[in-house]
Amino acid sequence: MPKLPPPPLPSALKAPPPRPGDPGSKLGPADHAKEAGASVVDWVDERTSISGAARWMMFRKVPRGTNWFYTLGSATMFAFLNQAVTGVFLAMFYRPDPSGGAYESIRHVTNEVFLGQFVRGMHKWGSSVMVILVFLHMARTFFFGAYKYPRELNWVIGVVLLILTMLMSFSGYLLPFDQRAYWATIVGVNINGTGPLIGPYLSDFLRGGGEFGATTLSRFYAIHMLLVPGLLAALIGAHLYLVAKLGTTAPPWIKAEKNPELRESDA
Amino acid sequence: MSDKHSQHKSRYTTDRQIPGAFEGETVTRRRFMTIGSQAAGGVAAASFLLPALGFAIGPIFKEAPHTWETVGPTDMFPDNNYVPTVITLTPGIGEAGKATVYVRKRNPLIDTDKADKDTQFIAITSRCAHLGCPVRWVDAAERFICPCHGGVYDLLGRRVGGPPVRPLDRFYTRVVNGYVQIGSRYSVNSELERFSPRDPAEPLDGIGQYMYPSRPSERR
Repeated sequence: MPKLPPPPLPSALKAPPPRPGDPGSKLGPADHAKEAGASVVDWVDERTSISGAARWMMFRKVPRGTNWFYTLGSATMFAFLNQAVTGVFLAMFYRPDPSGGAYESIRHVTNEVFLGQFVRGMHKWGSSVMVILVFLHMARTFFFGAYKYPRELNWVIGVVLLILTMLMSFSGYLLPFDQRAYWATIVGVNINGTGPLIGPYLSDFLRGGGEFGATTLSRFYAIHMLLVPGLLAALIGAHLYLVAKLGTTAPPWIKAEKNPELRESDA
Repeated sequence: MSDKHSQHKSRYTTDRQIPGAFEGETVTRRRFMTIGSQAAGGVAAASFLLPALGFAIGPIFKEAPHTWETVGPTDMFPDNNYVPTVITLTPGIGEAGKATVYVRKRNPLIDTDKADKDTQFIAITSRCAHLGCPVRWVDAAERFICPCHGGVYDLLGRRVGGPPVRPLDRFYTRVVNGYVQIGSRYSVNSELERFSPRDPAEPLDGIGQYMYPSRPSERR
C-alpha cells in the first residue's frame, strides 16, 4: 500500500529534526537493516556518481529489430570471464617447471583435486568456445554492416581482441607440457619465424633464446596469464565503452522510417 | 577579422606583459610547467620501461654457448648408415632439452660437400627443416621422414619430397681420443654449402639467407 505523505504543518508545530547523536530516533534495527543496501549504494554514489555511468551503460536504447544475434558479444565476454575465473584458480595449482613439474601439476589437478578435472575442462573447452564465439560475433558484425562509420574503431579493437584471443590459445596450449603441447609449440614458433627479417627475432623472443630452453615455459606462462589477459581486459573495456557510446546498429533488413516532412519534399 | 592577427607580436614574454619562465624568455610559465611536468613523467616512465624492455628482449642478443658432447667411439658409426644418438641441446630441463642426432662416418663416394677436419663424421639433426618436428631415419627406404607434414630427405639430408625449404641441418663433429664429439649446429642450402644455423622454415637458397639473417642467439 503506498503511503500518502503527511499534510504540511506550520514550521512551529513541526518536531525538530533529529540531531546527530540524539538517542530519540524512532527507526528500529529492522528499519536500518531494510535501508542498509540502499544506504550503502547511496554512500558510494554520493562519492563517485557511479549510478549515472551505470545507467548510461545499462539502460540504452536499442534499435528496432534487435535479436538474438546481438547477444554474441556478451556471450564472448562471458566466455572470457569464465576463462579468467577458472584460469586464476588453475594457476594456484600450476607449476611452470619444464623438467616434469608442469606435467605433474596438471596431472595432479586433473586426477586428484576435488572438481579439478571439471574446472580444467571448463578452461580447456571454454577456450574453444571463446574462439568460436569471437568468430560468430565477428561474422554478425560483418554481415549486419555494423563495422561501418562511426564504428570502424570498434572493429579495429575487435580485430586486436581476436589476435589476442589467438595468442591466448597459442600460449595456453604449451602449458600442459605433454608431447602434443611441446611439438605444437615448436611448430607454432617456427611458423612465426617464417616472417621475413623480423620473424626469426620474434621466435627468439618467444623462446627466450635460440633453442626451446629452460625459461620458454615460464615465458609462455607469463604471457598467458599476465601480459595478454591484462591487454584483453583493457581492450574489452574500450570495446564496451564504444558500444555504449555509439549504440548498436539495426539489422540490415530494418528500413529506416522516413520523416513525413521529408517524404513530402521527396515527391 | 580583428587586427590582432595581422599585427606582429613580440615573442618575448616581457614585451607581452605575461609571466615568463625567466627574464627575457619566449616561453611562458604555463608552457614551461607543461613541458616540465610531461618531461618528468616521461623520465619516470622510461626509468622502468627501458630496463624492463631490455630485460624482455635481451635473450634475442645473447650468444648461445659453444659445447662439444661425446656420443660414442669412432668404430660405432658405419659410413653407409646412420646411428641415432641423443645429445643435450638445452641442459637443465630434462627430456625436453634433448634431441636425436643421426651420425655416420664420412663416405667420400657419396659425400660431395667440402671435406675438412670438422666433417670427418656426418651428424644430421632430427629437426625437420619445415617446422621443426622430429624426423626419423627409415633404414629400408634410405630416407629421413617427418611425421608431421610429410617432409622426406635423402641420405645426405637433401629434400626429396614434401614442404621443407632446405636440407636437414648438420652439426660439426670432431674426434678426441677415438671418440666422436658433436659440436654446434649449422645449416646448409640445397648445394650443401654451409651457413650459420637458422631456424626451421627459413630457406637459404636465393635471397633466403638475407630474408632470414643469422642471429646471435643461434650463431656459435
